[in-house]
Amino acid sequence: MTTKALDPVRVQASARQVSLSRVTYVELGKMFDTRSGFWLMSSIVIAALLSTVATILFAPDAELTFYTFAEAIGFPMTVILPIIALLSITSEWTQRSGLTTFTLVPHRNWVILAKVIASVAVGVVSMLVALAIGVVGNLVGTAITRTDRVWDVSVAHFLLIVLGSLLCLLTGTTFGILFRSTPVALVAYFVYSLVLPTLFGILASSQERFLELQPWVDASNAQAPLFDGSIAGDQWAHLAATAVAWLLLPALVGLRLIARSEVR
Amino acid sequence: MITVDSLSKKYGGRTVVDNISFTARAGRVTGFLGPNGAGKSTSMRMMVGLTRPNSGNATISGRRFADLPNPGLEVGVMLDASAQHAGRTGREVLTLAQQMIGLPTRRVEEALDLVSLTETDANRRVGGYSLGMRQRLGIAVALIGRPSVLILDEPANGLDPAGIRWMRDLLRDYADDGGTVLLSSHLLHEIEVIADDIVMIGGGRIVSQGSLAELLRAAGSIVRAQDPDALERALSGSGFVTTRSEDGSLRSDADPTTVGLVARESYLALIELRTAEGGLEDVFLQLTSDTEREGRAA
Repeated sequence: MTTKALDPVRVQASARQVSLSRVTYVELGKMFDTRSGFWLMSSIVIAALLSTVATILFAPDAELTFYTFAEAIGFPMTVILPIIALLSITSEWTQRSGLTTFTLVPHRNWVILAKVIASVAVGVVSMLVALAIGVVGNLVGTAITRTDRVWDVSVAHFLLIVLGSLLCLLTGTTFGILFRSTPVALVAYFVYSLVLPTLFGILASSQERFLELQPWVDASNAQAPLFDGSIAGDQWAHLAATAVAWLLLPALVGLRLIARSEVR
Repeated sequence: MITVDSLSKKYGGRTVVDNISFTARAGRVTGFLGPNGAGKSTSMRMMVGLTRPNSGNATISGRRFADLPNPGLEVGVMLDASAQHAGRTGREVLTLAQQMIGLPTRRVEEALDLVSLTETDANRRVGGYSLGMRQRLGIAVALIGRPSVLILDEPANGLDPAGIRWMRDLLRDYADDGGTVLLSSHLLHEIEVIADDIVMIGGGRIVSQGSLAELLRAAGSIVRAQDPDALERALSGSGFVTTRSEDGSLRSDADPTTVGLVARESYLALIELRTAEGGLEDVFLQLTSDTEREGRAA
């Protein structure tokens, strides 16, 4: 051991501010560098490949169009991406690595913002990978069945699907920010994504008054037209309203809680 | 230098840290001593911005922690060696800190060397580390940015005697090079071998602070005389408090020189006269037993 390596008293000429891009880069790395993180990321590709193979094997020949592939690949994506985004936030508290992270970067909002940027980047890249897998699937699938190739997803439609998937992903982020605990946030997210739509459906069919309200509060209903590419008119307003209610407001409340909370 | 100014923290109605003020000086190892639950960790968390104080503030080299442009270059922090993602290897944990601070990659190997973690250790997942290895990794993370201030919470926990000696040497060298070290412990003997200055805390309040030498000196003396009754009278006549123990020796709050002078004036023959070294320990044991009583009552 050399004492010189410590060299504690020296001019801190290189004391550069920690930049947002550097934090984002590190946070992106943290999404991959654990075993669970690695397999979660891999599962995006694995699920996309499995969906593609399943579509080729089981979809009726007449339905073997690009949209069928996109739909099949897109569904697991909307499940996995939010979990990745959620874990990137909650692990700082649940795994307690926040003790180090927040002492290296005291501005907690920066860390969260960096995680959001990193998650969105992962989401966008995943969508492009899915697109590529879908294209290959459609080429191979139609070659096997000797049917006509149907490219029935326009660029605009693909962008809408990306937007829809990113909204799903950000919902995971929001629940992570709000609860800061992996189990609690995951349960809340699954209640939101699996139980709530059914509940809204039952309410809408039994309570007439709720029927009018439903489009403004039911996020999964509001996001559906993004995925089939048919969104128009009022539906944009519904989408915006549900995004404010389920994404923006809870995230702002969560950020306030994070700023005041204790990191233990 | 770390300056803590009237820091207080309440949880609900309970005051955990009660108006503490002290300075940890550069070039010295300051021991933050207190029984479990005395408020040491809460105080340290407030110093590095992880807990918001109800009042008061703490500065590091004159600036609040949140105002440091790149904290990793100025202050090395280890609050809990176990607080790492179990799925990362030691090297990955260090690499994240190196990247966040913006250091050259070779600092990772240098930091590993500094805490004597081997290549094999570094490539293992932290989940499989012993507590001692986690402490070493935590200290490596704290040291990687070559900070001038170190804040370590219970760093000797889980280290074997050789490990404690290693850490003492490391921190000694660090302080001798001009660094500021604040380390906490609930064990007196750990602090005694490492620290230059001591801040003793109990029930959220500072009960005693000063240099180790001062605090030991303040302990008074142990004295045995041919005529203990006469000596006891002489000492209390001079305004000193003495207590007689079963073996006939007297314990006085006067230092040995004063006791010797008092004895000479009264023409008393002494058999034994020495510094009472247990003074610090007595205060500390008193604190510990108080907290234990509170613990039992709760």
